This record gives sequence, structure tokens and C-alpha cells, in this order.
Amino acid sequence: MNLALRDLRHQLRRFVATSVGLGLLLAVVLAMGGIYRGLVEDATVLVDRMNADLWLVQRGTRGPFAERSTLPSSVESRARVVPGVLQAASFTTTTLQPIHRGRVLRTSLVGLAWPDERGQLLPIVAGRAIERAHRELVVDRTLDLPLDEVVELGDETYRVVGITEGLVASGGDGLAFATQSDVARIQAYLVPEARRMRGSGDQAQPISAVMVHVAPGERVEDVKRRFEAWSDTAVYTTEEQRSFLLEGVVDKARRQIGLFRALLAVVSSIVVTLVVFNMTVAKTREIALLKLMGAKLRLIVSMIVQQSLALSLLAYGVALVVAQVAFPLFPRRVIVGPQELAGVLVLSIAIGLVASLAAVRRALGIPATTILAS
Amino acid sequence: MEALAGESLWKTYGRGDAEVVALHDVSLRVMRGEVVALLGPSGSGKSTLLTTLGLLQMPDRGIVRVAGERVVDGERALADLAMLRRERLGFVFQKANLVPFLSTLENVLVAFTINGVTGREARSKAGELLGYLGLADRVDHMPDQLSGGQQQRVAIARALAVQPAVVLADEPTAALDSTRSRDVMQLFRRVAHDRGAAVVVVTHDHRTLDAFDTVHEMEDGRLFPHRPAHADHAEQIA
Repeated sequence: MNLALRDLRHQLRRFVATSVGLGLLLAVVLAMGGIYRGLVEDATVLVDRMNADLWLVQRGTRGPFAERSTLPSSVESRARVVPGVLQAASFTTTTLQPIHRGRVLRTSLVGLAWPDERGQLLPIVAGRAIERAHRELVVDRTLDLPLDEVVELGDETYRVVGITEGLVASGGDGLAFATQSDVARIQAYLVPEARRMRGSGDQAQPISAVMVHVAPGERVEDVKRRFEAWSDTAVYTTEEQRSFLLEGVVDKARRQIGLFRALLAVVSSIVVTLVVFNMTVAKTREIALLKLMGAKLRLIVSMIVQQSLALSLLAYGVALVVAQVAFPLFPRRVIVGPQELAGVLVLSIAIGLVASLAAVRRALGIPATTILAS
Repeated sequence: MEALAGESLWKTYGRGDAEVVALHDVSLRVMRGEVVALLGPSGSGKSTLLTTLGLLQMPDRGIVRVAGERVVDGERALADLAMLRRERLGFVFQKANLVPFLSTLENVLVAFTINGVTGREARSKAGELLGYLGLADRVDHMPDQLSGGQQQRVAIARALAVQPAVVLADEPTAALDSTRSRDVMQLFRRVAHDRGAAVVVVTHDHRTLDAFDTVHEMEDGRLFPHRPAHADHAEQIA
């Protein structure tokens, strides 16, 4: 006979209500972790998708993912002839905020190296990749643009031909893809720096970076060293680009979220401690009776610990349900993976165990003779 | 055969002017199958004697024996007292003190669980015991669905669960009417007779004294043989 379960069954409503409350707290802990994972994923999805070995960017900058980087498009052709380079392709991205049907459409526009790249490798869930050199767009679902929608960007209109899923920029804005020449045209119209470069006599379209793929058999470090000799560019590996992103864009959010989670964990522990302690105080007579009957302390301790763990685990279950139901409704992605789930499960168990300590101490201090006085 | 004994027990509470001698050189020997009453006014030391014999508190001086084995010598425990309480002693109180979140059957099963007897065997024994005490049709009732007398019978069943050598009862009939008090005392007699257990009952209830084999009185921490009221009256006439 399990005394802990019998007691919980007796005060089921109170127990469930407490578990739901605690479960909501744990859901926030879970959400915080998921939001952080979402931030990381969103921040790095583009750099990961491009799958370049090296990135050539404007000297003095850390690349287009961390800050604005502008290069003349001639860098691409120069890069192609460097020994060890298999392929070099220009990369262009720019952030736009056009007004579309009365709402601000904030997006990061990425140029595809037409005709080699048409977006065929993108996770297109509706429509198709780009098939024409001009005036076609593939957009992410988060931009909430339907297929065949016509959007005005700069001095031209563009038709949505494909919808992707899960492609957002580090700031959470949905990505849009067009051919590089279209992006350059839009930039030339909207971005002052691009206009200045054109005005200075450089008629080539400015680009944000050049993606370099290293030939098979060549070492990335060797090819990188060759680019490091260039005076007008900086060169980074994809891993370095990811680090810049995570250090710059996500790091503060990570620390903020981490502190908030720690605070929530402490609050959850206090709540469970108080609940389990009060449950134990309410059972003073029963505990005294068990002691008087000669019950081993192990029986009493296990009853309290089991109740505390049951409370924590039920709360964890509630948190999982909340995660399933509510997280998809969040405006930004909340990615809760197995590691996060396991982490919060361990946290729940730890909270349950820690919370039971005060109650166990209290229970052990109850004299058996209390029952005679009641 | 001796079931329980206290020899030269002393117990004092407080110090100086506030000092109260609760047990003053008290000796008591209870045999198996014997039903013993401890009478006396409040504060006479009855409950202290009961808790000392029940291994719930230590005397300042004196010896306690359970089934002939010396288990307490002064303030020293010579054995695992919790284990002795678990295996050899059964307790019944003024209030039934049933666990409110357990059914009648489960309240009895607790005693088996504490003694490591679980599963079908425990359920069968608990059911048998409840049948013996006339509660076979109440096994699934919760404590608040039982009358005071029924609750007290469940408490007795719980005390008898592990076939204790001694049952210690502290005013078990105080909350019951006279009919139910008599029933409970008859029950103790049956327990002593059928199971060979010694029963020590602290009581104020003179109506039930005929149910006891031996009656002791306590006053100011001292134990005396009981002198029935009619004996005093006879002496006066003589």
C-alpha cells in the first residue's frame, strides 16, 4: 500500500491545482529554453544553409550576418582564380521594410546566384523555386504572403512564386529570396551606400560577401591563409560566422534568458517546498501515529519524497502539454528538443528532491507522543 | 507468562518549585491474557506510566521488560524500541486517530505495511481481523463514514494487526456512550482471551471495571491496588 498515493488521492483537487500552477511555471522555464534555441536556430539558419567553407566579407567587418558588409562584385571573380577554390559565389542580403497592403513587411532579402542558384535547395513548402531571372520572389511563411501575391520593392513589383518554412533572419524577420541582380536593383534604389558605390563610378553591383567552396583535397586553412593576404577583404570560416552571430546577436539574450530561467527554477523550488511542507504539517498526527506504531523512518521519508516528486513530475507533464498546445502560437519559434525536455525533467526531479528536504526534517522532528496530546 | 513489566519506575517533570513526580517508584507486572485497568484522576501519572511501558518515553530510573526481555534501563534503551513497538505492542487511544485518507481496510493494512507484510496476505489478515471485530461490511468506508464506536473498533483492529504481546489503551472509551464503552471493554477481554495478549487500559470509566482482571489506581505518581467503593463502604459499616 502506497501511503503517498493514498494521501494524494484524498486531496486530489488541491494536488492537481497545485501541479497545474507549478506546471505553468515549468512551461515558462521550458519556453525560455525553447526561445533561446529558436533564437540560435533563426540566427544561424541562413549561414548554415549556404554551406560555404569560407566567407569573404568587407574588411573591418565581421560579415553580413553580424553587421553591414559591402563588397564590389569583382571580388567574386577574383576569388574564383585563387588556388584551391572550387567555386565562388556572391552573397547579397539586405533588410527591407516596405509597406504592403497597409502593413510593414520587415524582411531580409537574400540574393541567389542565378542561374546556378534558384532556391532549389530551400525548404519550399508551397509553389516553386525561381525560374525567371527577374521579378520573382521566394518568401518565408512568416511573412504571411500568399502565392502569386505581388509585392512592390523599390521601383519594381515582384511576384511570390514559392513559400519556405523556418527561414528567418537573426532578428526574427522572415527571409525573402530573389536573384542577385534583382536584389542589387532593389538595393540601388533603397540603400544609400549602394547608391554611393554606383555614384563613385563602380558600375558593378555591390554584394554583401562572397561564399567560397574549397576544392576536394584542399585544406580550408590553407585556402583561408591565401585570402588573408588580401587587403580589402576579411575571410572567415562558416564556424566563425556562426560564432559572431551567437556572440553578437544571441549572447545577451542567452544570458538574460539564463538568469530568468534560474529565477523561475528558484521560484518553482520555493513553491514546491511550501506546498510539500504544508502537506507534511497537515499530516503531523498521521506521521506521529506512524512513528508511535514503530514505522521505520524510511517509510515516512519515502512518503514525503514520493509526494514531492509526484507533484514535480505531474507539473512537468502539465508543462509538456502547455508546450505542445501553446508554443506553436508564439510569434517567434520556440524549439524544444529532447535535450531541453530532459534538462527540465532533471530540473523538476531536482526541485522535487530539494523541496522535500525541509518537509522531511519537519517530519523527523515530530515526536510520536504528539498523537497522545491530539 | 510475563508480557510486560515495569520495575521501580521513576519519572520527574520540571525542576525546583515546578517539579512534578509523575512516576514514584512504580512497579507493575502484566501477564499474557490479563486485562489490567489503571484508574486515577487527571495528573496522577497514568498516561506517563502507559507511555513509559509503551516505550514512547524513557523513565529517569527503573526497568521495562517486554516478554521477559529487559529493553529499558533508566534512560538507556537496550533494544530497538521502534522495532519493539512495531512488533510487540499495539496502541489504542481516546480518539481512534484513524488516518483520514485511508479506508477502514487500509487503516488496518497500515500496521501490516509497517511490519513489512504486504499484498494478498496482508489484505486477507486485515479483512479477517475486521470480521472478528464486526466490521466486515465497513471495509471500504472512509473514517468519516463510521460512527465513533466503529472508528474505535477499527483502531483496535489496527492495534491487533501484528498480534501484539501487549495492547496499551489510553482512555479508549472516553468518547463513547455507556453501551459502546461496554462493547469495547468486552472486545478487549475477547482479545486477551482469544489471542493471549496482555491489555493495559487507562480509564476513568468506573462503569466498565468489571471487565478487568486487575485494577490499579494511581495517585500522585504512585500505584496502589484498587479499593472498590463498596469495600470502603463495608469497612465503614464494620
